[in-house]
Amino acid sequence: MFASFMINTWLIATIVAPVAGVVGFFVVLRGSAFPAHAIPKGAFAGAAGAALLGVSTLLGLAVFSLLGALGIGTLGRRGRHDVATALALVMMLALGAAFLSRTTEYEPEIYSLLFGEVLGVSSTELLPVSCLGVACIAGVMVLYRPLMLSSVVPDVAEARGIRGHRIEICFLIVVALATAMTVPVVGALLIFSLMIGPPAAARSLTARPGLAMLLSIAIALVTVWVAIAASYVYNWPIGFFVGALGAVAYGAGRAWAAWRRTRTVRVAGAVAA
Amino acid sequence: MHQIYTRVFEPGFFASSPVHVAIVIGGIVAVVSAVTGVFTVMRGQSFGGHALGDVSAAGGSGALLAGFSPIAGFVGLGIVGAGVMDLIGVQRLRGRDLATGIVLGAAIGLSALFLYVDASSGATTGATQQILFGSIFTATSATISVVVILGALALGTVAVVCRPLLLATVSPDIAAARGVPIRLVGVAYMLALAVSVGLSSVATGAILSTALLIGPAAAALRLTRRMSWAVLAACLIGVAATWLGILLTYDSYYWGRSRQGLPVSFFIVAVVFVSYLLCGLVSRRAATRRATPAARPAAAGPDQVAA
Repeated sequence: MFASFMINTWLIATIVAPVAGVVGFFVVLRGSAFPAHAIPKGAFAGAAGAALLGVSTLLGLAVFSLLGALGIGTLGRRGRHDVATALALVMMLALGAAFLSRTTEYEPEIYSLLFGEVLGVSSTELLPVSCLGVACIAGVMVLYRPLMLSSVVPDVAEARGIRGHRIEICFLIVVALATAMTVPVVGALLIFSLMIGPPAAARSLTARPGLAMLLSIAIALVTVWVAIAASYVYNWPIGFFVGALGAVAYGAGRAWAAWRRTRTVRVAGAVAA
Repeated sequence: MHQIYTRVFEPGFFASSPVHVAIVIGGIVAVVSAVTGVFTVMRGQSFGGHALGDVSAAGGSGALLAGFSPIAGFVGLGIVGAGVMDLIGVQRLRGRDLATGIVLGAAIGLSALFLYVDASSGATTGATQQILFGSIFTATSATISVVVILGALALGTVAVVCRPLLLATVSPDIAAARGVPIRLVGVAYMLALAVSVGLSSVATGAILSTALLIGPAAAALRLTRRMSWAVLAACLIGVAATWLGILLTYDSYYWGRSRQGLPVSFFIVAVVFVSYLLCGLVSRRAATRRATPAARPAAAGPDQVAA
């Protein structure tokens, strides 16, 4: 499991998970699950386009995820946000279908772009992925206060002169960067699970933002590590384990929150009696 | 004249039987999606509508593995997914996003597993492509009857709950005060949505399922605020986009020298997207025209004083 060909896998997963945990915390807080699903899925089309043009996959992913973020932001200015996201997504996917019809891309490669291929990580990918990861974390740090304010109390943020729309675009760009770095590793579809499950679980455990973010990183790390180990042992796709563990983590978080609530009610009842 | 005609309808368009099937199935799917889509857009459940497509695709890949008919898998898992989303909290606006996301994440995990096993068992080549992208041209005339039945089921459900659903969508408080069972109406609508989305994903692929659900409805709602007009306009836009897309796909084989067409989903989505943008333009034009007569006296005021 810790053989030399697995070292890069463990390293890259350890870089990806904290980024997904931090960015995902804000995704859950802002209720932006749809853009967080749409940007990676649409960016997949960029990978297909890159294969057609013969340029690097990472470049194609980055360009298309940024296009997706800006498209959602621009279309969302006029008209409903979820409609804008849906239309931007289908337009990118349609382009992807058109690109794929022109390439002779082999099916397993499509599969690995969608669902991830952690076992094939090469050392040359480590550097760009780490740089993008640092850029994402730095972006969140810079945006931290206005982002937090506009997510939790949008009215107060507007009153303080924070432009909600501008923050939204900046946030979507951060999601796009996170997407570009993670898609080749965990796949276009599963980065979404990693950005939703762990932060949602963390949020149901605590209401304090700092602690929730740390918990979210920790749960994301555990999810990815367990998923790699399980995928290595059972030879099933890592995507299945990430998706399942994300849902399990959320379920456990909800159950814990419900149990704590009934206990406080019972304690309060006992005190009142 | 004849030359223009053969340019628009390349030879063999009306004689090709895949085209006939695609036109019939595409038309039915477009109408069913447009009608359910108007409510989806008004209720702000586009994410749910899209997610159900992916959930039902997981069902489709599972059915392929278990040897059922894909339609049963698509619609069956779609209904289960809609039920779970409702249980977790689709009815609360804040929890809805998360509930949809969790169900979607789990479903994607499942389809990763199913497609992997499908591919490694080697029985079904092209399963990933077929399930994720699909093509309206691969449908056979045998599926038409199933499509008609399921479509009628979805439309019938929407028709039954139409009025209380509209009230519960526009103003939940008034609906609650009038004794409308909001939760029940919402569940009925989610089931209709699941059937409609499952049907459209199996018949036309996951991309077109979302595009035909959201695009025509959103475009129509930009044109008019009257419910009946919006439904009618959405149906027209959806059917027109589908048929135009099929025609363009057929013709695209004759463009260029390579004799290599582009996928039908690309053309239909492109037409839907353009019609959404055009409807936005039209509605903004109309809004400024309505606004200018009122604004003009105010704008002219200072000038008159100065004169």
